[in-house]
Amino acid sequence: MTPAFPAITFTLNGKRVTVKAHPLKRLLDVLREDFGLTGTKEGCGEGECGACTVVLDGRAVNSCLVPLAQARGARVDTIEGLKGRHPLQKAFAERGGAQCGICTPGMVMAAAALGPNPTLEDVRVGLAGNLCRCTGYIGIYRSIKQANTERRRGASAPASPTARATTLGRGRGPGSARLQPGKSVRGRGSSDPRSAARRKGGSR
Amino acid sequence: MSRHVGRNVARKDGTAKTTGAARYVDDLRWPGMLYGRTVRSTVPSGSIRRIHLDFDTSAFTVVGAADIPGRNAVSLLIDDQPCLADRDVRHVAEPILLLAHEDRDVLMGARVHVDVRPTAPVLDPAASSQVFKHISIARGSIDAGLAAADLVIEGEYRTGHQEHLYIEPNGVLAVPADGGVTIYGSLQCPYYVHKALCTMLNLAASRVRVVQAETGGGFGGKEDYPSMIAGHAALLALKSGRPVKLVYDRAEDMLATTKRHPAVVRHRTGVKKDGRLVAMDISVLMDGGAYCTLSPVVLSRGCLHATGPYRCANVRVDGRVVMTNTPPNGAFRGFGAPQTLFAADVHMERIAEALQMDPVTLRARNAFRPGDVTATGQVLGPDTSAIDVLKATVRRSDFRKKRRAYAGTSRGIGLSLFMHGAGFTGSGEVYLASKASLELTEHGARILVASTEIGQGQRTVHAQIVAEVLGLPIERVEVEAADTAFVPNSGPTVASRTTMVVGGLLKHCAEEMKDKLGRMSPREYVRRHGTLVVTKQYEPPPGLVWDDDTYTGSAYGSFGWGCDVVEVEMDPVTYEVRPTRVTTAQEIGRAIFPLGAMGQIEGGTAQGLGYALLEEVVMRDGAMANAQLTNYIIPTTLDTPPMDVTILEKPYAHGPFGAKGVGEMPIDGVAAAVVNAIRSLGLDVREIPATPERVMAAEQASGDRRKARGGRQPGSARLQPGRSVRSRGPSGPRSAKPRQGGSR
Repeated sequence: MTPAFPAITFTLNGKRVTVKAHPLKRLLDVLREDFGLTGTKEGCGEGECGACTVVLDGRAVNSCLVPLAQARGARVDTIEGLKGRHPLQKAFAERGGAQCGICTPGMVMAAAALGPNPTLEDVRVGLAGNLCRCTGYIGIYRSIKQANTERRRGASAPASPTARATTLGRGRGPGSARLQPGKSVRGRGSSDPRSAARRKGGSR
Repeated sequence: MSRHVGRNVARKDGTAKTTGAARYVDDLRWPGMLYGRTVRSTVPSGSIRRIHLDFDTSAFTVVGAADIPGRNAVSLLIDDQPCLADRDVRHVAEPILLLAHEDRDVLMGARVHVDVRPTAPVLDPAASSQVFKHISIARGSIDAGLAAADLVIEGEYRTGHQEHLYIEPNGVLAVPADGGVTIYGSLQCPYYVHKALCTMLNLAASRVRVVQAETGGGFGGKEDYPSMIAGHAALLALKSGRPVKLVYDRAEDMLATTKRHPAVVRHRTGVKKDGRLVAMDISVLMDGGAYCTLSPVVLSRGCLHATGPYRCANVRVDGRVVMTNTPPNGAFRGFGAPQTLFAADVHMERIAEALQMDPVTLRARNAFRPGDVTATGQVLGPDTSAIDVLKATVRRSDFRKKRRAYAGTSRGIGLSLFMHGAGFTGSGEVYLASKASLELTEHGARILVASTEIGQGQRTVHAQIVAEVLGLPIERVEVEAADTAFVPNSGPTVASRTTMVVGGLLKHCAEEMKDKLGRMSPREYVRRHGTLVVTKQYEPPPGLVWDDDTYTGSAYGSFGWGCDVVEVEMDPVTYEVRPTRVTTAQEIGRAIFPLGAMGQIEGGTAQGLGYALLEEVVMRDGAMANAQLTNYIIPTTLDTPPMDVTILEKPYAHGPFGAKGVGEMPIDGVAAAVVNAIRSLGLDVREIPATPERVMAAEQASGDRRKARGGRQPGSARLQPGRSVRSRGPSGPRSAKPRQGGSR
């Protein structure tokens, strides 16, 4: 007997969608199983690795820690929503940002949420919750730098494919990853410099 | 002039990976698919008395050891590891029973009680009586060398387990097909899995097909264990008649799959006053875990790298890898070399301290040069580059100036020199007899190899080599999936051999194809003569002779050479050591895909920083107690410093376009450079990971010794009677402080 789940509506990659699933089902599983969007990956299931990063209402979150109910009425953007046209995607392919590729979708989404002009320090702090075991992060910095350069070049052209992408993030500084009051689910601790520090030193 | 080789082309797999289109095993779904689960031992040693299934089994598929149609073994070297434990269990997390069900929640909720009568486990390798492999390397006379020494320096160095922590956990999907089975898996070595399944399932080779799915990192961790998982998934699939997906979550992957072998390495070294090494007596003890798996080969590489890149006429290396009741240890980038090279170069630092000699000068005095002879009697070729990488790294890092500048501060700087043998050890490549094929297509050519793309850039590098020879645009060179139904056995994707060995075979294939094409375009040739497939099999370069019985001869066709300088800053309150900069020069023959080679060096260096400072596998009662990412810490962006990377190229005569290997070497020297940087702060650390606890203990020990000795400076090395050389503490802020003497 399948229990009747409430219908939950949200905006997925720009389209309104409705899904009937357990309200505590992980957003990660909803994306992968109910919508077939397997670009969002599971690396640890405990909010540490960031492979499942999607952008929820403009901020990067670990979709393994977000229950479906949290997405109700929200805007959810996944790697598929970038449609291969975001300058970060091209740059990650060209400048060594992607090796094995399993962290890449989450890394690209987290980088996209940093907005168009992060400093290197913004990037280091902003990506502290996205683990990569292949690149030592250096190729990722190179890629983001190239994408930023290209974005700046294309900024004057309104029809540029970057236009949508740059609206993904809200140009947040690293500190603004804190959750809005009233949201009860913890976002990626790692976008928050304080929890990045906790992770780094506190758990040995 | 080369059009492709040595250029940064776009990665073959770049677009698929950056758009999320690349399909990893967990992204695959099959109609009627079941999920699989492994029931495992919770004790390190014991005998199974009874298995009780405390649930309604009607909709489940259940597989035990009795259901295995072939041999109950994961076929690798000596086939001692069962696919499912039958009577005895030898480690925590050993597989005992398999379950499958179409609903994952129901599957995970099923309760199984395994009644095991525990027996006393062996957890200390030093106390183990079961030796998987013993290796002796001998050159000259240790006794004569020690007698001629002005100073003898001893030390013991310890390295811990390391978890690969590929971001994609292990996983396999098995699909029953035509009386056999097809495997889609996250794996490095399709033909290892193929061989293991034929043995386990008692199936003809044609009934087993193994296809690599996109693989989210390997680092050696997907070399042998996928054979186990594929066996499990295949058994469930064959019994149920339905596809079965068996993907581990992070905790299961960390608890059950292989790790880097922990090692204890002891050095006793005789030196002359001027720093020349005259005797190196080295013993290596590695913890193999509960089954043999790849341990003999790991030990072999460890022993063959145990002297470090240093010349010495009198060498003895005695290595053992032993059984303990812990999960089997296996392949991990570097494959035994990071352990012994750590010991070698921290020991070298202690020799410099003892002789009061500049660490660069000591290394330069002893480093291998072309024509020098290794401990196994290998005469090193003209591409021997230890001095070149040393000079480049010292210059680019401003090592000597910074060492002086950091004295008296909480900053330290350390150096390491290392090498890595490219390809399989000794006669390994001859036994492998790898094959590669190249098929002519209307548009260009298709590469047929069993080498796997695991992030390192295999598809791109192989395509560059073929495109270069055939003079084709790289887009016209396709790379077939690593699928045993279509590709020949090119050997495993391990041992830094994919560019040098398999790439070399492809180059020969392409050269023959070019000859046959003459002036015809691929399209003209195919229309006139039909398709063309060229296959080449490995042949050893002339003069490459190795004797497994005496451990003498040419251990490797060639070596890569590397030098690391790591700068650190220690927090004087928390004892956390933070790397602030890495400078490295690595000589790899030829960088076919420079961006890829750079990525290997940067990524391997970061993994080495984790090995040196952060990554501690806590073993408790034979099991990993911190099997989760929350408390097994790998470097994040904030833990990884800027890197200055220099690639040097001295072509190897028998590598494609001169290429050697690059995959493993970058992790070989990092830990020694980190610990030597900590030593420059006056802290006697000889064990990794150098956690704050260990650094604090070293600080306290140096304080205790200072008190005990009333502030007098002790000798850190055992002086021979009648010899006058005095040693002192490491240079640096606390160099006036007494420090630990002798070996632990």
